[in-house]
Amino acid sequence: MVRLITHNLLACHVKGCTSNNFPLQFRDVQIELREAEFNPDFLRGFMPKLEWKALVDASRQLGDTSLPPEVPEMLDDDFLKNLHHVLLEIHVEEGVMTCPNCRHEYPILNGIPNMLLAEHEIG
Amino acid sequence: MSRPELQAPPEIYYADAEAKKYTRNTRNQQIQADMTYRALELLNLPAHEPAYLLDIGCGSGLSGEILDEEGYIWAGVDISPSMLEVALEREVEGDLFLQDIGQGFGFRPGSFDGAISISVLQWLLNAETSHPTSSPRHRLNRFFTTLHSALRNPSRAVFQFYPSSDDQIQLITSIAQKAGFGGGIVVDYPNSKKAKKVFLCLFVGGGGAHQQVPKGLEGEEEDNSRARFEKRRERQRGKGKNGKRKSVKDRDWILRKKELYRKRGKEDVPRDSKYTGRKRRAVF
Repeated sequence: MVRLITHNLLACHVKGCTSNNFPLQFRDVQIELREAEFNPDFLRGFMPKLEWKALVDASRQLGDTSLPPEVPEMLDDDFLKNLHHVLLEIHVEEGVMTCPNCRHEYPILNGIPNMLLAEHEIG
Repeated sequence: MSRPELQAPPEIYYADAEAKKYTRNTRNQQIQADMTYRALELLNLPAHEPAYLLDIGCGSGLSGEILDEEGYIWAGVDISPSMLEVALEREVEGDLFLQDIGQGFGFRPGSFDGAISISVLQWLLNAETSHPTSSPRHRLNRFFTTLHSALRNPSRAVFQFYPSSDDQIQLITSIAQKAGFGGGIVVDYPNSKKAKKVFLCLFVGGGGAHQQVPKGLEGEEEDNSRARFEKRRERQRGKGKNGKRKSVKDRDWILRKKELYRKRGKEDVPRDSKYTGRKRRAVF
């Protein structure tokens, strides 16, 4: 269950890969929509942590265009509902995440990304 | 039984069978739940504010379920695919990662509002190969530094673990301190053999001075889950309602014996009647 909320926090952790290692690029994805409980307080609290551009790009890539390219001034309910859907209800079930810098591939199987590194990649 | 972490690495020890066994065991569930609640208490998150937590070594989601119940949004990492599979079957809400915590995390700085980890750290204390990156010291260092940066400032991380010696506690706390954490060890019920639990309570930021390490629970452990052992019950066992021990040589036993003697051809076996096995009352 890679949701965009975690994808937005996830950078590559291969040895020496410290710049331009975020966001990981999706490839060959299969997504599944699953409803989650709407919690506006949580979303408001989470807003400062988000990397907005990465989130919008990722959501467009997964076929959801409901988010505006810039963070709106007013966090109204409609916006929060869209944000809730993008962050918590889109699950990537299968696919690959690639680091834009070192090209390391993290495969996603059954909704669980494999973050294991080979011995020479451990920092 | 020797400790599981000495038998095999976690991803091998918690293979399919062991993962299912671990999750189904109600005693494990109870202990895990108790420790998760205690860890959340030590985490001391502001009330009524939904937080984003990291469950380190989430396994089959036993503690994740409690995080769900308490209304936290969480992500979990574990190294055992079998355990994660069980977690998927149990349909926990959090995001799961297959990750070796000794290799460090790749989360962006300030991602999480807190982290909990229930009986995991001891797994990091054994070297699996002779490669320099698999020495416990290196793995712990990598783990704590990346975790420190992934946590928000200020926040806390609480680890329950089973150290086998004071040296291990020393090693873990010193590396955590070098990684920038404040805090220390909290021991619950230090005088109880069974209920003793060791928590490593780490702080990120907050000036250090005004953040006191919480006190461990003391006194007698309250154990409501099972009746206490009483010698009285042991003595009473085998006695009937009226307080007397029931005779072993009752009517059935006598009949069986007599039947056996007859089969063997023994002579003069008394015949069976309604008086068989009855007591001779004292005659006035």
